[in-house]
Amino acid sequence: MPPGPRPVPQLEQINAEIFTLTYGSIVRQLIADFEDLDEVNKQLEKMGYNIGVRLVDEFLAKSKQGRCSSFREAAEVVARQALPMFLNVSAAVTNWSADGTECSLVLTDNPLADFVELPDEYRSLRYSNLLPGVIRGGLEMVNMEVDCRFVQDMLKGADCYELRLRLKEHKDEQYPFKDDD
Amino acid sequence: MDLLFTEAVQFFSEQHYGPAAGAALQAVGVRVGRQLAERYSRDKPRLGDTLEVIKFICKDFWLAVFKKQVDNLKTNHRGIYMLQDNNFRWLLRVAPAAAPTDGSSPSEQLAAAAAPYLELPCGIIRGALTHLGLNCTVEGDARSLPSCSFTIKIVS
Repeated sequence: MPPGPRPVPQLEQINAEIFTLTYGSIVRQLIADFEDLDEVNKQLEKMGYNIGVRLVDEFLAKSKQGRCSSFREAAEVVARQALPMFLNVSAAVTNWSADGTECSLVLTDNPLADFVELPDEYRSLRYSNLLPGVIRGGLEMVNMEVDCRFVQDMLKGADCYELRLRLKEHKDEQYPFKDDD
Repeated sequence: MDLLFTEAVQFFSEQHYGPAAGAALQAVGVRVGRQLAERYSRDKPRLGDTLEVIKFICKDFWLAVFKKQVDNLKTNHRGIYMLQDNNFRWLLRVAPAAAPTDGSSPSEQLAAAAAPYLELPCGIIRGALTHLGLNCTVEGDARSLPSCSFTIKIVS
């Protein structure tokens, strides 16, 4: 079945402002604690990864999504279903590389970055770096090792948010046990 | 979205290193609380005395943040207020990690497990109150989940 415009299942709603402000506050706290923007980026990504690992369960349970046969399909599902479900934004999947292992998710709106202005001295901070982490964690749990990072950021003057997704390895399912034990 | 939010809070408290975690979470909360109080009190007439501010927190602020009002408000009229929420949203999904091993009762263990998650809401309340002109300390207590209570002590 093609991953089409299936109705997005309703989740509990929360106040988006609180979500945004809390995220902003966490980022500030991390900056104050580490004083090193690269480290902050790394930590955000790690937090995202841990969230993604758990969030994928929630996604699979609520969306009743079947197995994705290809990376291409998985990317579509992330853009059309997972992002609307959890962030209430949808993304476009574009710029496929020739061998089909790289693509871009383009977001025009990012609730994490509402109200945010990036001061000049924090140019190297990737503010929404949580998001690539979430995607990486989520896809890893469905046996796809991907590399995900921001290449364009509206906070730095670009006209959209672009996430570059690269498939590193598509693992086969491994069973940690033997059948004949 | 609710889940994502819970997860964010959880991981921040888990990932944070060492004893500073509580303080850091409080600081995050205070900042959020200040900003929220600013936003929600914008269209309000001036809040005169302490009780009015507390009421504002219980009704409008709580409604905006947790989609419900505070269930119970107690005070000793000497600067201590106790807000009780019988169904606190951010703690609905907290579960004890394992069966108690050290002889403590399950409910005690649950309360201990929930304590880190209360730092952030405490910070939010403190931030909001401070912004509305009340210096105070806030303590959370989650002895019987999912209900929990916050004790506000006004420091004059």
